[in-house]
Amino acid sequence: MEPARRPSVVDIALQEGGGVSVAAVTRAKVLDRLRLGDAAFRHVTRAAAFGVLLLLSGVIIALIAGSLPALRTFGFGFLVSERWNPVTNNFGALPAIYGTVVTSAIAMLIAVPVGLLIAFFLTELCPPWLRRPIGIAIELLAGVPSIIYGIWGLFAFAPFLQQTLQPFLINTLGHVPLIAPLFAGPPYGIGILTAGLILAIMVLPFVTSISRDVFEAVPGVLKEAAYSIGCTTWEVVRHVVLPYARVGVIGGVMLGLGRALGETMAVTFVIGNAHRISASVLAPGTTISATIANEFTEAVGDLYTSALVALGLILFVITFIVLAAARYMLMRIERRIG
Amino acid sequence: MTARYAARRRRNAVAMALSVGATVFGLGWLVLILGVLLWKGFGGLSPAVFTQMTPPPGSSGGLLNPIIGSLILTALAVAIGTPIGILAGTYMAEYGRYGRLTSVVRFINDILLSAPSIVVGLFIYEVMVAPMGHFSGLAGGVALAMLVIPVVVRTTEDMLTLVPNALREAATSIGLPRSLTITRICYRAARAGMVTGVLLAVARISGETAPLLFTSLNNQFWSTNLNAPMASLPVVIFQFALSPYKDWQSLAWTGALIVTLAVLALSITARALIPSGRQS
Repeated sequence: MEPARRPSVVDIALQEGGGVSVAAVTRAKVLDRLRLGDAAFRHVTRAAAFGVLLLLSGVIIALIAGSLPALRTFGFGFLVSERWNPVTNNFGALPAIYGTVVTSAIAMLIAVPVGLLIAFFLTELCPPWLRRPIGIAIELLAGVPSIIYGIWGLFAFAPFLQQTLQPFLINTLGHVPLIAPLFAGPPYGIGILTAGLILAIMVLPFVTSISRDVFEAVPGVLKEAAYSIGCTTWEVVRHVVLPYARVGVIGGVMLGLGRALGETMAVTFVIGNAHRISASVLAPGTTISATIANEFTEAVGDLYTSALVALGLILFVITFIVLAAARYMLMRIERRIG
Repeated sequence: MTARYAARRRRNAVAMALSVGATVFGLGWLVLILGVLLWKGFGGLSPAVFTQMTPPPGSSGGLLNPIIGSLILTALAVAIGTPIGILAGTYMAEYGRYGRLTSVVRFINDILLSAPSIVVGLFIYEVMVAPMGHFSGLAGGVALAMLVIPVVVRTTEDMLTLVPNALREAATSIGLPRSLTITRICYRAARAGMVTGVLLAVARISGETAPLLFTSLNNQFWSTNLNAPMASLPVVIFQFALSPYKDWQSLAWTGALIVTLAVLALSITARALIPSGRQS
């Protein structure tokens, strides 16, 4: 709370002079106005802060309201049904949820080790003059809009994969027992794997920059102590830096995962938009966001629209949980850094 | 002992090589993407792109209406989002720095910052497009404003927190009211950082497609009517790239090049504005 009246130097001086002059009356008016303005400004800023909270609750309420018809019709079955048939008005979210989870998993599987290695390079090996340019370049990668990844993925990356990586996977891993079904089928170019790889490139900067930040926050004394007993650079990173920064790294990984789960345009271009669950990662599939982006404007009928909004609600709930967990972990490490 | 030492040295060398390799790998994508963009988009770059409307399939044309549309939508989003973001950030840094409301808002804001943008599009569709009965540029602008707010809130709060308390105390000591201390002293001290926040927000929204798909939709023709569907570069790129027509595809590449250059220029400018040593 703010003290209501604080006598200023001028007040005291006037009291000493005694008597109420015209100037003092004007002063009082001006002060009243300032006080009013002060209170108004405070309340306006407070209202804006509440506004941010309202936005989030608004999103949740609107999505629930919009998805009620679909949820009422299909109930819990919506989550576990594999059907998606606009003609018979039969909708199930399972293929989209499956595609979202698998593409994100592929992305994290690649982006996390690579991101950690880049952070390792930036904090321990990189010459200082190179540190900033590389850091900025990695962050520019994060700034490239997702539609650019999409158009690049469809016209440059997918044909490249179709001719190189995918036939290679089919000919090698496709013959290994147990995992062979994962790499079955023809090389389409587009599909789950391609979407996952593009997501990996998109998520990489997030994982890298947060890992770098938490690596840098490790106290120098700890590292020096490890070096002084003869540890190699790798051993210092593996046994001192990583354990110390673990919570922050997990937070950064979850933040990247949140991005990957909700990423829309890049995935929409290369996923193939097929509502089915295939064992093979080379097959086309779909994700929640790609389904919404592809079908929402063409959706005819309330139930179809509502089913798509319900998909949006599922996506929002999943990302909310992941992002909340990420923020909680990052908050913990920030508190420790102080 | 020496054998073991050699093994440790070897493992260290492998790890270092891997990390250098990973960095080259990571940067390689940036080079590759920009390279393909320049190669495919540069050829189509001509004055016609900036002076002609989007063509029907099979004829030549430009990207004037989506470029103008994108500028209008972005301006609208900044006009709506920036004041709200700055005010909320001001409350968090100046009035309730240690309050409960601030920590809750900060948490929620950070989630909004990385929330899927397509969900924002759905939300605006539900609260604006469906009740109004038609797609509109206004809805697109509001959808983008929802992406501007979290970025601006975050940078405003961070930058105001960095303003030294001595400045506030000095202002108070000469009798300046709190609101004037904030607007005349703190805002000025934090100006560079706050401008950075707005630039970053603009960079973020100028390539956003998902929230526009079912809010502002698209418009084949010249239109500055906020109450009607409005063309925007990202949506046109999306539509043209997925079309079977060669003309449209090449325009999509040119559009993609323009968007990327604009976004990269914005983010580099924004970074250059941050006072050195304060970079997070």
